[in-house]
Amino acid sequence: MKKQKQISQSNYNPFDFLSEEIVFSILDYLSDNQFDKKSFSLVCKSFFAIESYHRKTLKPFRPEHLTKILNRYPQITNLDLSLCPRITDGTLTVIASLCKEMLRSINLSKSKFFTHVGLSNLVMNCGNLVEIDLSNATELKDVGAAALAEARNLERLWLVRCKSITDIGLGCIAVGCRKLRLISLRWCLGVGDLGVGLIAVKCKEIRSLDLSYLPITNECLSSISKLQYLEDLVLEGCYGIDDDSLASLEQGCKSLEKLDMSSCQNVSHVGLSSLTSCAGCLRQLILAYGSPVTPAVADSLQKLSRLQSVKLDGCQVTCSGLQAIGNWCVSLKELSLSKCLGVTDEGLCSLVTKHKDLRKLDITCCRKITHVSISHIMNSCALLTSLRMESCTLVPREAFVLIGQRCQYLEELDLTDNEIDDEGLKSISKCVSLSSLKLGICLNITDQGLIHLGMSCVNLKELDLYRSAGISDLGLLAITRGCTGLEMINIAYCNQITDGSFISISKCSKLNTLESRGCPFVTSLGLAAVAVGCKQLTTLDIKKCQNIDDAGMIPLAHFSPNLKQINLSYTSVTDVGLLSLASISGLQNMTILHLKGLSPGGLGAALLACGGLTKVKLQTSFKSLLPQPLLQHLEARGCVFQWREKPFQAEVDPTCWKIQLDDLE
Amino acid sequence: MLTELILLSCLFCINSVEFVEVLLFFFVFHLCALLLPQETNSDMDPDDSLTEDPWIKSSSSGNELLKIMPSDNHSFTNFNLHAQKWEGSSYLDQQIRIEQQFSGFTKPKHTSEMDQQGNHRNENHDSTRIRDWDPRTLLNNLSFLEQKIHQLQELVHLIVGRRGQDGVQGNDLIVQQQQLITADLTSIIVQLISTAGSLLPTMKHTLSSASPAANQLGQVGGVTIPSTIGTSASAGGLTCNDGVAKVEDQSNHVDQLRDCGIEQNHPADEHELKDEDEAEEEENLPPGSYEILQLEKEEILAPHTHFCTICGKGFKRDANLRMHMRGHGDEYKTPAALAKPHKEPSSEPTLIKRYSCPYVGCKRNKEHKKFQPLKTILCVKNHYKRTHCEKAYTCSRCNIKKFSVIADLKTHEKHCGKDKWLCSCGTTFSRKDKLFGHISLFQGHTPAVSPDETKGSAGMSDRGQTSEVTMKARQENFKVNASHGNEFQNPGVVKEGAYGSPSSYFSPLNFDTSNLNGFQEFPRPPFDESDSSLSFLLSGSCEYPPHKAAKYMSSTEME
Repeated sequence: MKKQKQISQSNYNPFDFLSEEIVFSILDYLSDNQFDKKSFSLVCKSFFAIESYHRKTLKPFRPEHLTKILNRYPQITNLDLSLCPRITDGTLTVIASLCKEMLRSINLSKSKFFTHVGLSNLVMNCGNLVEIDLSNATELKDVGAAALAEARNLERLWLVRCKSITDIGLGCIAVGCRKLRLISLRWCLGVGDLGVGLIAVKCKEIRSLDLSYLPITNECLSSISKLQYLEDLVLEGCYGIDDDSLASLEQGCKSLEKLDMSSCQNVSHVGLSSLTSCAGCLRQLILAYGSPVTPAVADSLQKLSRLQSVKLDGCQVTCSGLQAIGNWCVSLKELSLSKCLGVTDEGLCSLVTKHKDLRKLDITCCRKITHVSISHIMNSCALLTSLRMESCTLVPREAFVLIGQRCQYLEELDLTDNEIDDEGLKSISKCVSLSSLKLGICLNITDQGLIHLGMSCVNLKELDLYRSAGISDLGLLAITRGCTGLEMINIAYCNQITDGSFISISKCSKLNTLESRGCPFVTSLGLAAVAVGCKQLTTLDIKKCQNIDDAGMIPLAHFSPNLKQINLSYTSVTDVGLLSLASISGLQNMTILHLKGLSPGGLGAALLACGGLTKVKLQTSFKSLLPQPLLQHLEARGCVFQWREKPFQAEVDPTCWKIQLDDLE
Repeated sequence: MLTELILLSCLFCINSVEFVEVLLFFFVFHLCALLLPQETNSDMDPDDSLTEDPWIKSSSSGNELLKIMPSDNHSFTNFNLHAQKWEGSSYLDQQIRIEQQFSGFTKPKHTSEMDQQGNHRNENHDSTRIRDWDPRTLLNNLSFLEQKIHQLQELVHLIVGRRGQDGVQGNDLIVQQQQLITADLTSIIVQLISTAGSLLPTMKHTLSSASPAANQLGQVGGVTIPSTIGTSASAGGLTCNDGVAKVEDQSNHVDQLRDCGIEQNHPADEHELKDEDEAEEEENLPPGSYEILQLEKEEILAPHTHFCTICGKGFKRDANLRMHMRGHGDEYKTPAALAKPHKEPSSEPTLIKRYSCPYVGCKRNKEHKKFQPLKTILCVKNHYKRTHCEKAYTCSRCNIKKFSVIADLKTHEKHCGKDKWLCSCGTTFSRKDKLFGHISLFQGHTPAVSPDETKGSAGMSDRGQTSEVTMKARQENFKVNASHGNEFQNPGVVKEGAYGSPSSYFSPLNFDTSNLNGFQEFPRPPFDESDSSLSFLLSGSCEYPPHKAAKYMSSTEME
C-alpha cells in the first residue's frame, strides 16, 4: 500500500515533465555554491544522473579518486588539478582514457611528478584540448614540450616558469600547435630569440603573448611585429629590449591593445615615440619601474589616441612630466602612480583636472601629496570607482570627508595607513556600492565610524581593519549585521576583539577569509561559532590567539570542509587539535610555529594524515626531530617544507607598534 | 708541405724502430695502392682514402701507426678491408682488372723505398721487366708475397707484445730485441719489394697487350720515364685536345693531370672548392670567347698527377714531388730545382681555358643547351666526383653522410657531431639559428629533441626510491594514535602513487643554481651551451664509441 503511494507520487514528479535542458538551466543557477549542487544530486537517482551530466568543470581535491569521479561525470570539459600537488603519469593516463575527446581544458599549474610520457598520453587521447596550464613545471624538458606539440587544437598555453624548456622545445610547440592564440612564457629562462621568433612565424593566430623576463633581444621582435592579430604583448623585465627593438615593432602590430613594458630599463622616450605611429588601437600601456617620466616621455605618448590606461608604478616622476600627461587630448580611464617618487600636489592637480574621466586612480605611497591633491581629485574625477591611496600620510583627516561627498560611485577604496577618522567614515558610507574597503592601520577610527558603514555599505565584500586598534565588538556587530555578503575580513591585532565579534562574524555565511591575528581575547568558543556559521571558510589566520586551543580545532575540522590554509602559530593547539584538522581533506597550507603543546610524534602523524598538504611552515627544530623518511615521503606527496627559525616574539601594544614603525622611517 | 717535410724526416730516421714501422706501413700501403685501383677504378672509386688518410697519420707519429696496424683498429677499417681483399682476391680477378689500372707508376715507387734502405736493385728491375708474361710465375710471386706478409704480421705482433711489456723488462734487453726484429723486418721487406717489383712488368704486359700496339711503346715510356715524354706531351695534351679530342694516349692522362695538379698546390683550395663551384655559376662568358677542354673520366679520377722520374712515385702536388726529389741526390737540392717552375710567358695572347665535364647530359657538359663551363681542372675533378661518382666515403662518426671527395669528408668530419641542431627531417645544423631558419622555412619540420634527454627525464620518474622510502617510513615507529596510524601503516595508501624522486625534485640547491644561471647569462642568449651537450649527442645519436671520439679529436688537433 505504501509502495503504491510512492509510485503514484513519483508519477506526479513535476521534474519529469521538464526536459533535460530546462533542468540543466535550473542547475546553472546553483553554480554559486558547490554544496547546493551536492544536495541537488542527492535528492534522487534521476537528479543524481542529471547533475552528473550537467557538470562541466571539476576541481578535485585528491587525484586518488579521479577514476571514480570521472566515471561519474562524463561531460567534464574543464579539469582543474591545481589542488592536487601530485599528478603522476598514471593519473594523466587515467584522465586521458576517461575524458578522451571531451576534455578541453586542463590545469596542471600546481602539480608535479608527471613527465613527458604522461603528457604525451594526455595530448594524444584528448584531441580537443584547447587550454593547458603547465606553469611551474620546472622539470619539464624539451621532450615534454615536444609531446605537448601534438595537441593540434591547442589555443591557450601557459608555460610560466618552465625553466628547462629551451628554444628547441618551444620550436616543437610552434610547429605543432598552429592554432595557438595565447601563450605565456613568463620566466622560461631557457627560451630566447629563436624560439620566440619561431612562435611568431608559425602561430599566426596569436592574440596574447607573454614574454616576461625572457632573454630576448631585437631579433625576435621583428617577427612578432608581423603577427596580425596580436592584442596583448607583455615584455616585462626583458632587459634586452631597447629603443631599437621598439622601432622594429613600429612596422606592424596594428592590432596591439595592451603593451606591458614594466622594468624595461633600456627603453626611453625615443622608443616610446616609435610606438605612436603603429599602435592606433593601443588601450593599455604599462611602463612600471621604467625610465623616469619626463615631459619627453609624456609627449611621445600623446598621439596614442585610444589610450585608456597607463601604469607608471615605481617610476621617477617629475612635475613637468605629470603636467605633460595632463595635456593629452584624451582622457585616461585608469592611471597608476603607485610608489612613484616625485608626485607633488602641483603635478597631480594639473593632471587630474584634465583627466576628468578617470575611473581608477592609484596614488599609493605618494607621500608628498596633501589636502590640495585630494580636493582636486574629488572635484574633477567624480566617476572614480577605485581609489587607492595607502600611506598618503600628509593628507589630513578633513580631506577624507570629501571622498564621500563627491565620489559616490566608489567600489574600491584603499585608505590603509591614513589619518581618516569617524567623520571620514561617515562620509564614505555614502558610497553605497563600495565592495572593498581597506582601513588598515587607521588608528583614528572607532566603532562609531564602523556603525555608519554597516548601516549603508551593504555591498561590502572585503573589509580590512588590520591594526586599527580603536574598534571593538560593537563596531564589528554593526558591520556584520549590515554587510552580510562579507567575504573577507581582517581584524588582525584589533586587540579589543572578543568572542562576541566572532559570533557576529559567524553570521556572514559567505565569508571565505578571516584574519584575526593577535586577538588575545578570542577563544575556541568564538572560533567554533565561526566554523559552524562560515561554511565557505578557506583561509584562517589565528596566529597569536593564545586562547584558542584544541577545542576550537575540532568544530573547525567538522564544519569547515573547505578550509585550505590555516595559521596556528603561537596558539595553544596541541597534537590532538592538529590531528583532528587532518580530517579536512582540502587542507593545503599550514603554518605551525611556536606551538608549545606540539610533539614531534603528533606533528608527524598529523602531517601524514593531511594528504593534501602542499606547503608547511615549521620550526627548524622539528627538522631533526622528525624522521627523515617521513619528510621524504611527504615531499614525494607534493608537500614543500619551509623551515623557520624565528625567536618567540611577544606581542607589542598596537599603538606602540605604529610608533616603532614611524621611528624606523 | 709541412706534413711532407715531417714525413721525409720520418723516412730518414733509420736507427729507430719507428723507421721500420713507417717503412712497413708504407710498404703495405703501397702494395694496396698497387692493387687497389683494379677494384676501385672499376667502381669509379678513387683510392684517396688510402693515399691521404694514412699519410697524415703517419706524419703524426710512427708509434700510433704501429699500434693501429696490427690491432685492426677501426680508423683503418678501410685499409684493412682492402688489404684483405687483396690477399683474398683471386688471380683471375686481378688479371681482368689490371687492364683498367694505371699500373706503371706503382712499381718504381717501391724502388724508391729500396733506395732509401740502401739496397739498389735496379738491375733486377731491368731483367724482370723484359721477362715475358707468365701466369704461373705471377701466381708464385703472389703466394710468395702472401707468405711474406704473414711473416711480417707475426713480427709486428711480436713488436706489439714487446711494447706491452716495456715496463717490466730492462731497457737494454728491449733495445737488443728491437734491433733483432728490425733486422728481420728489413730483410723481409727487401724480399717483398723485390718480389713485388718482379710482379709489375708482367702486369704491364697484360695491359699493353690489351691496348693497341702503337701505344705500347709510348705507354711504357710514359710510365718509366715520364719526364721526357710527359713534359713534351703536356704542352700538346691540353691544347690539341681542344675540347673534342678523346684522349688516346695514356701518357697524356698523366700529363694533363699533372697540370691540374699545379692548381692543387694551395691546400686552402680544397676547402674552398664548393664555393668556387657555386661562384662559377654566375660567370657568363660569351660562347667562343674561351677554349673548351674536356678530360676523360679516367684522367679525372687518377689519384696522382706528378710522378718521380727516378722512382716513379706519384704525387698530387708538384711541390711535394720536388721535396721528394731531394732524396734522389744533391742535384735536386739546389734552390733552382726546388723553386716553383714559373710559367713561361707565352708570346701570343692565349684564350681563356674552360673545362667541360665528360658526362653527357650534365649541365657542365659542352653538349648541354645551357652549358656552363668549369673554371679549372680542379673544378672538373671535384664536380665529376661529386655529381657523377659514387659517394664512397662515409663519415665514420655519423655513418650517414657520404662524400665522393675526400676533402669534403674531412671538412664534414671536422664538424660532424658538432652539428647538434637536428631537424625532424634528419638535417643537422652546426648553428641553432640555421636550424630555426630552416624550420621556419619548411612546413611541418620540427626541431628534434635529443634522445638522451628523453632517457634522462624518464629516468627521473622511474627511479626506484619509492619502496625504499616507504619501507623506511614504515620501520620508523611514531607514536601515532590508532585512527590515523591506520592510514599511515596501510601500504596501499603509500604505494599508490609510486612516489618518485622527492629529494632531487625539491632540492633547493638545484632550483637555485638553475635560477642563478639564467640570470648570469641574461644578456647573452643561453644557447651557447657547454661541450657536455655535444658529447652526449655524440654518444647518443651517432652510436660512436667515446674513445674513438677522443682519438678523432687528437688527430684533428695534430692536423
